[in-house]
Amino acid sequence: MSAVEEAANEAPAVEAVPKRAMTLGYGTSLVVLALLIIVPMFLKNFFVFQLTMLLIYALAVLALNILTGGSGQFSLGQSAFYAVGAYTSAILMEHMGVNYALTLPVAGIICFGFGFLFGQPALRLSGIYLALATFALAVAMPQLLKLGFFEHWTGGVQGLVVTKPDAPFGLPISQDRWLYYFTLVVSIGIYIASVNLLKSRSGRAFMAIRDNEIAASAMGVDVALYKTLAFGVSAGITGVAGGLGAIAVQFVAPDGYTITLAISLFLGMVVGGVGWLPGSIVGSAFIIFVPNIAEHISKGLSGAVFGVLLFLVIFLVPHGARQVAMVAQQMLGKLKKN
Amino acid sequence: MTQAQLAQGNAPLLAVRDVSVVFGGIIALNGVSFDMHKGAILGLIGPNGAGKTTLFNCLSRLYQPSSGDILMEGASILTRPPHRIAEIGIGRTFQNVALFPNLSVLDNVRVGTHSRTTSDIVSDSLKLGKVRRLEAEINKKVHEILDYLDLNDVAHTVVSGLPFGTQKRVELARALAADPKILLLDEPAGGLNHEEVHVLGDLIKRIRDERHMTVLLVEHHMGLVMSIADHVVALNFGRKLAEGTPAQVQADPDVIKAYLGSKD
Repeated sequence: MSAVEEAANEAPAVEAVPKRAMTLGYGTSLVVLALLIIVPMFLKNFFVFQLTMLLIYALAVLALNILTGGSGQFSLGQSAFYAVGAYTSAILMEHMGVNYALTLPVAGIICFGFGFLFGQPALRLSGIYLALATFALAVAMPQLLKLGFFEHWTGGVQGLVVTKPDAPFGLPISQDRWLYYFTLVVSIGIYIASVNLLKSRSGRAFMAIRDNEIAASAMGVDVALYKTLAFGVSAGITGVAGGLGAIAVQFVAPDGYTITLAISLFLGMVVGGVGWLPGSIVGSAFIIFVPNIAEHISKGLSGAVFGVLLFLVIFLVPHGARQVAMVAQQMLGKLKKN
Repeated sequence: MTQAQLAQGNAPLLAVRDVSVVFGGIIALNGVSFDMHKGAILGLIGPNGAGKTTLFNCLSRLYQPSSGDILMEGASILTRPPHRIAEIGIGRTFQNVALFPNLSVLDNVRVGTHSRTTSDIVSDSLKLGKVRRLEAEINKKVHEILDYLDLNDVAHTVVSGLPFGTQKRVELARALAADPKILLLDEPAGGLNHEEVHVLGDLIKRIRDERHMTVLLVEHHMGLVMSIADHVVALNFGRKLAEGTPAQVQADPDVIKAYLGSKD
């Protein structure tokens, strides 16, 4: 996971910082990776499950980050792509007996197509109008999944129960732990691919469109193509996350994929830092753990406590985890000099 | 028009033929024609609202002329969408600088090579061998241009933090990265001081000579146009007022009238 540099694209709060200073260094990446590998070995199964969900939501936040941070398009409809991915995996596993690992690429490809097609009409919209159109998608999805027409496959309102896979080759680890490491490998793969993508010719085309569509077009960037591709890539990764989520939770049902999920993912992106891919895992941790913390503080007012915590984060660090990371790096740099 | 003629340089590289643009009831351009020959610096002048930028935007396909045609090496460009103009060798800069503000100077110039390269998202994500080779090629090219325009010191700086004059140079670098045959410069001297304008004039001539480009210069700064242009076209109220060498155009009574007004 060498190069996180330049995946960070947006202008930071502090200007004129050399680009290298805005990145997760090689060392930091290795430490994070080591923690992700070692820590689950010492945790109870329930916490391991929570860490699995942390990675899964981090993937979904990353996907949104590519769309918004990368190509500058908003989406409040990620829950719809997540649902399609989850149902694809669940249906393939339960109705057709496909191996769980093989369902993920299928979920990714189907969601890529779905996102790419949705990107076509979305081309005419931008900013808050695009956000509203994707919002409509998120609102419609749970009801579409309940339709009698699909009931044979989707299980209608009841949803589908998914069998949890065992560790292969008779490995002596629990199902939860196995699924965690499986998810970790998939996540790292997708993370590296995303960093590669954003640092490539295609990624630069995304960012050029985000920054100035007319200039991008004058440089030969096919704005319509790259905008829909960004939607496709984002939906595809969200679909894989959805598939993993279905396997981890062992259950899919329409009401698990409401607009609340889409808003949570959006929140995760903002808290992690828009356009900063490593922030995705921080954003994911926020949307998974902070509601729990809020509940510990006050059972009756957990929503209000969560609101206050969120408000504090937005108020104190508007650029999210990226800002914290940058300040930390600058302070470290000063310490080294002294 | 044959290849032989093109090679001889008789045929114009770019021909603007009777172009008119109408916005609602306003005629922004009215039957403007002129030719651009290979290796020339053509200055397009005129008071505010004369139609210079409108013509410029027709050349980069942001506006569709209501009538007339624009030919690049004999072929009409009007059937091409805006993003397919760079590939036939028309590069441009913008009046008020249209860079990608959140990208570094390097990445801005790298985007400039987009029309000259191909890739797909799958190979890009997997960083296949061909992608690595392409990136190496792009980097070589971009560094050569940064050297040429003396931008190496700021290569890794995000452009929004750079001074305006430097941003203009970055924009020029981005345009050069596509190896254009024609460079369209929209008021490059805008916002520059006297000395900077002088340096810019030398730079444009140097680019024309060393990189074998043809330049269309839309400019308010009369001194710059008159000192470097080989050929000048003057517009006023959407019509061509005069055309010729800088001296001829400067002496033209209609041009003088348009700029200074007349007694009556």
